[in-house]
Amino acid sequence: MNNFVKQDSLKQWFKSGAPGIWLSGGAVAIAVIMTIGLITLIAVRGLAHFWPSDIVEARYAVPGAAPRMIMGEVVQVEDVPRERLKSAGLPVAEEGSTLMSRELIKLGNRELYGSDFVWIVGEWLQEQKAPKGIIVLERREWGNFYGYLVNVKEAGKVVAEGEAALPEMRERLKRIDSLASRISRIEKVEISSVNHEIEQLRLQARSLELNERLDAAAQADLAAERSELDARYHDLETQLNALRQEFDRDSLTLRDATGQETEIRLGNVVHAYQPNAMSTFQKLGFYFAKLWEFLSSDPREANTEGGVFPAIFGTVIMTLIMAVIVTPFGVIAAIYLREYAKQGFMTRLIRIAVNNLAGVPAIVYGVFGLGFFVYVLGGSIDQLFFRASLPAPTFGTPGLLWASLTLAILAVPVVIVATEEGLARIPRSVREGSLALGATQAETLWRVVLPMASPAMMTGLILAIARAAGEVAPLMLVGVVKLAPTLPVNLNYPYLHLDQKIMHLGFHIFDVGFQSPNVEAARPLVYATALLLVLVIAALNLSAVAIRNRLREKYRAIDN
Amino acid sequence: MNQTRSPARIDFDTPAMRRKRRWRASMDRFTRWYVLVGGLAVLAAITLIFFYLAYVVLPLFKGATLTADAVQAPAAWVQQAGAPLALSVEEQNEVGMQVTPAGDVVFFRIKDGAELSRQALPIPPGTQVVSVARDLVRPVLALGLSNGRALLVRHIYKSTYPENKRVIVPQVDYPYGPTPVVVDPEGRALEHLSLTAGEGELTLAASNASELLVFKLTSTEDMLTGETTLEQQRVDLPRLSQTVQALHLDPRGQWLYVINGRSAADVFDLRDRTLNGHYKLIDDAHNQVTVTAQLLGGISLLVGDAKGGISQWFMARGKDGEPQLQRIRNFQLKDAPITQIVAEQRRKGFLALDEKGTLGIFHSTAGRTVLTEKVADGNGYLALSPRANHILLERNSQLINFTLDNPHPEISWSALWSKVWYENYEKPSYVWQSTSASNDSEPKLSLAPLTFGTLKAAFYAMLLAAPLAVAAAVYTAYFMAPRMRRKVKPVIELMEALPTVILGFFAGLFLAPYVEGHLPGIFSLLLLVPIGIVLAGFLWSRLPESIRFRLPDGWESLLLIPVVLLTGWFALSMSPHLETWWFNGDMRLWLHEHHITYDQRNALIVGLAMGFAIIPNIFSIAEDAIFSVPRSLTYGSLALGATPWQTLTRVVILTASPGIFSALMIGLGRAVGETMIVLMATGNTPIMNANIFEGMRTLAANVAVEMPESEVGGTHYRVLFLAALVLLSFTFVMNTLAEMIRHRLRKKYASL
Repeated sequence: MNNFVKQDSLKQWFKSGAPGIWLSGGAVAIAVIMTIGLITLIAVRGLAHFWPSDIVEARYAVPGAAPRMIMGEVVQVEDVPRERLKSAGLPVAEEGSTLMSRELIKLGNRELYGSDFVWIVGEWLQEQKAPKGIIVLERREWGNFYGYLVNVKEAGKVVAEGEAALPEMRERLKRIDSLASRISRIEKVEISSVNHEIEQLRLQARSLELNERLDAAAQADLAAERSELDARYHDLETQLNALRQEFDRDSLTLRDATGQETEIRLGNVVHAYQPNAMSTFQKLGFYFAKLWEFLSSDPREANTEGGVFPAIFGTVIMTLIMAVIVTPFGVIAAIYLREYAKQGFMTRLIRIAVNNLAGVPAIVYGVFGLGFFVYVLGGSIDQLFFRASLPAPTFGTPGLLWASLTLAILAVPVVIVATEEGLARIPRSVREGSLALGATQAETLWRVVLPMASPAMMTGLILAIARAAGEVAPLMLVGVVKLAPTLPVNLNYPYLHLDQKIMHLGFHIFDVGFQSPNVEAARPLVYATALLLVLVIAALNLSAVAIRNRLREKYRAIDN
Repeated sequence: MNQTRSPARIDFDTPAMRRKRRWRASMDRFTRWYVLVGGLAVLAAITLIFFYLAYVVLPLFKGATLTADAVQAPAAWVQQAGAPLALSVEEQNEVGMQVTPAGDVVFFRIKDGAELSRQALPIPPGTQVVSVARDLVRPVLALGLSNGRALLVRHIYKSTYPENKRVIVPQVDYPYGPTPVVVDPEGRALEHLSLTAGEGELTLAASNASELLVFKLTSTEDMLTGETTLEQQRVDLPRLSQTVQALHLDPRGQWLYVINGRSAADVFDLRDRTLNGHYKLIDDAHNQVTVTAQLLGGISLLVGDAKGGISQWFMARGKDGEPQLQRIRNFQLKDAPITQIVAEQRRKGFLALDEKGTLGIFHSTAGRTVLTEKVADGNGYLALSPRANHILLERNSQLINFTLDNPHPEISWSALWSKVWYENYEKPSYVWQSTSASNDSEPKLSLAPLTFGTLKAAFYAMLLAAPLAVAAAVYTAYFMAPRMRRKVKPVIELMEALPTVILGFFAGLFLAPYVEGHLPGIFSLLLLVPIGIVLAGFLWSRLPESIRFRLPDGWESLLLIPVVLLTGWFALSMSPHLETWWFNGDMRLWLHEHHITYDQRNALIVGLAMGFAIIPNIFSIAEDAIFSVPRSLTYGSLALGATPWQTLTRVVILTASPGIFSALMIGLGRAVGETMIVLMATGNTPIMNANIFEGMRTLAANVAVEMPESEVGGTHYRVLFLAALVLLSFTFVMNTLAEMIRHRLRKKYASL
């Protein structure tokens, strides 16, 4: 529209209002750049985390101090004014360019150097190179280790050295892997189920005692069962100890950048690889393996390493339960409001209230969930059905059920609003036609109205799920924890444990990014988790949009 | 239709059909009821939130209730004992203790006053107990004797559970030996006494007429032999000119308050043994101090006078920087002289009794008179249980029991919203500090800093979001080509769908350190981007038509994307240079030199991140309002020769302004209740200043942080519920108003 204005003076151009148009157009551009930029940044940082980048070795010469060798991964490079480095107390030369480069290096080897990240001045690095022999060990404890492999030992005796050490280590790592999976099977499945049975037995005894039916015969029965379980437990423990000893048999000797040799138990090593020697193709293969590990395995080292599988699982199961609760209730309320209630002042008031509840801060729902669901409802359930395990609460403490219920009450307005909108779109003539043919109101509802409104319900449900999956604040109060020992679904009866605490992707981001002792090490993992959450929610929202558009197309035909 | 043959008659009245009709009718009724009940239940469940929150909050503002237990026939021993020297109730409200003038300790059952056990104190014959002092919390008593000695007595209660029933066995022992310790070497009677006891040590202050005696007693137990040795250390203080009325020792060992004459207090510094000052407690010449006491923690002094007034005093730095005894706040019981003040042992509350038998229950920090009630026809002697739920009153050799229900005295309107002068503070201030290291310090539950923080965060967020979102909405609804509109709207919807935890983490982990390192760049960005856009627009209008006409109207935004990116990149890459030229290379240092505090996670970061979060909310409602302005209005304006911009500013925006306003209200409501962004992007310090470089703590973030740790049903828990209720009501009102405005606007559009 501004193009009516031909070549006129600057003053005229301003008078025409064109700057306003351009500025408002700029606002759109800024909003788009912000959104796309944020998602791109998260995607780049999150996906880069799994790439095995090269390890550099260099001499670091701080002026006025003896140079030392360092080895590690360059994580971040930035230009800073010389003055700022000077005021930070670094011995920066007076003369030179105004900017200097500052690099964040991941040194690893935490047990040797204390911290695994260090900021250095790029100008002071000399003789940078990336030797192929550098090996990276990802460990179960103490983070990564960077160094050269010296030898492999079995029970303290050297079995391979020099060239032969690497293939030997790989061979032995396979053995460690299979041992680790056997150990984890025994710990997580077998011992956990024995523990579960022992706990059940204790509760049985306690409830008999509460009902005053714990006589000598019952006691003997229980004792027999108990001793059998104890024997099984003992047996498993012996197996476990034997495996653990096997596990600790081998060790590696590595030499770090300074030439110091360190012995590392092979059992502590998860992965060992030589990024500098890998071809791009090998790196790609490694990349996808790491990506899969991220999606499918448990977290390690206070959540800063490893995968996020329990968090994905927790998010999904909680959202599913929420969806199962929220759909029928939301739909019934919407049907009542639109089809049965007398339209008037009251319904308008209710409609406004429901609309507004969608805008109430999520934390308020969290407070309500904690106060009402957990303490009032959960406390009464414990009193009625779980007397045996008191004073330890079963449902009287935050858990999966309460988290799902809280989210359901938070998301129910979304479903109501969407369903109502769908019902309102259905032309009156359709209903009247059905009634005129002799169908009752219930039959009209069930056979005509609801099928036509079903896409709207789907949209509402998906939007509710998207809202619930991204919400974190209320969950912090009603059942999400940083590390849940077991999944809420397992092989012990009743299979789905509604009383258990769960992990959640959103809370995982908050916890790892802000409450972890080693934020620097956890940062890439937080980006990866954030990317995952964005993808899930974007997918949910896009499908809602697609359904809504199809719905509109469908009813345009009826309207005309 | 053309068929003439009449159809075969169908009989609709067969029994089967009738059954079917009945079945259908009952199904219809059933569905109706089912939907009615179900629908109403869901709606009720939603509104339950409001009522439940209010239900939890309400007890905060309820007063206390005092119920007298049934009066019992006075036990014989009470009548013989005479007026008690000391009276106390133990933790479980089962056993009471009384020290009789004869020097006996009598333990009795609270329920019926029956004597349980009695122990004669080792007081040398011929001496009398002339004064009694007790520690504020520990069950230690000091009895001042007429021969200048003091006996230190501890009363302890051991609970045992024979046959699963609790039995409390009271006992008396002498932690500093059964022989009275010498306080006055000259053997004068200890007329007044004050005591503070610690673990294995205690300080005693005593007086005779105007003579002061202070000494510390340390008892060390030999690990091998189990023998205790006592060590004494005297503090010499100058003589006073007037008669001492009462003594109070500061448990931290710094101050000694000496009440003397009619209404004066002398404060001594025990550390350097000097007089801090002489203070007049009451200005009224016709009034005088009748009784004094210390509040829990011993920092505050409570002064009761002859006209029923009680004032709270403590040492706070005065104008000259020196500590001075200052009057903090006043309470009024009735007009009779106050005879006794008893401090609670767990909270900063206290009880007062006057000569006419009126009992007052107060809370110091809240400045609240919780209850005044006449409990007797005249003067008596009070004891309060450690949990402050039982009161024992001795009057005319009779014991009367009262049950006190006073769960939340520390909350009052002024404690929540006004400046409060807390102990150890120099002046009244707004403070939120719900937990503290020691039990003695008062919880500081002012919602003012949290509300301020909430509004501060919302303000900075709106500062970014309001202009951006409204401008973008105007452009999208009014100028943008429909094809581009279809591409832009999903992007904004995606923006709306981004979980706030992601924005918060991004702000806290990426933006905060980045902004800290590129401060000049960020500010030049705010300046350069608009200039760059206008400049780009102007240059575009200078281009030959052959190029200009390739981009149709309404696609300016697309052209501007590279412009914004380029100016942004330029501004940020200039940041270190700007810093070197203008701020000596380090802007943080420069700010520090200009006395501006800089926190890494600050209001600027919150403004950016939360602004991002609320842009789509404001955008979609404002865009809707502008887009639905009837076309006839704009066409009319354009036809009359107005430029598109004139039409926009004089017609479209004016018509849609209620809609834009309601969009801003909804944005504000969202910003006020946002939790995760603020939690992650600020330091969460409850401070009260508007500095953009400092953080804040908002109501919502505070609830998220403190709720899991608060004790269920406690004051803190209920105050957090109150914060949630405030949030709920605020957003509810904002949203309802916005909804009403939009409703009226829609009606207006329909009529146009």
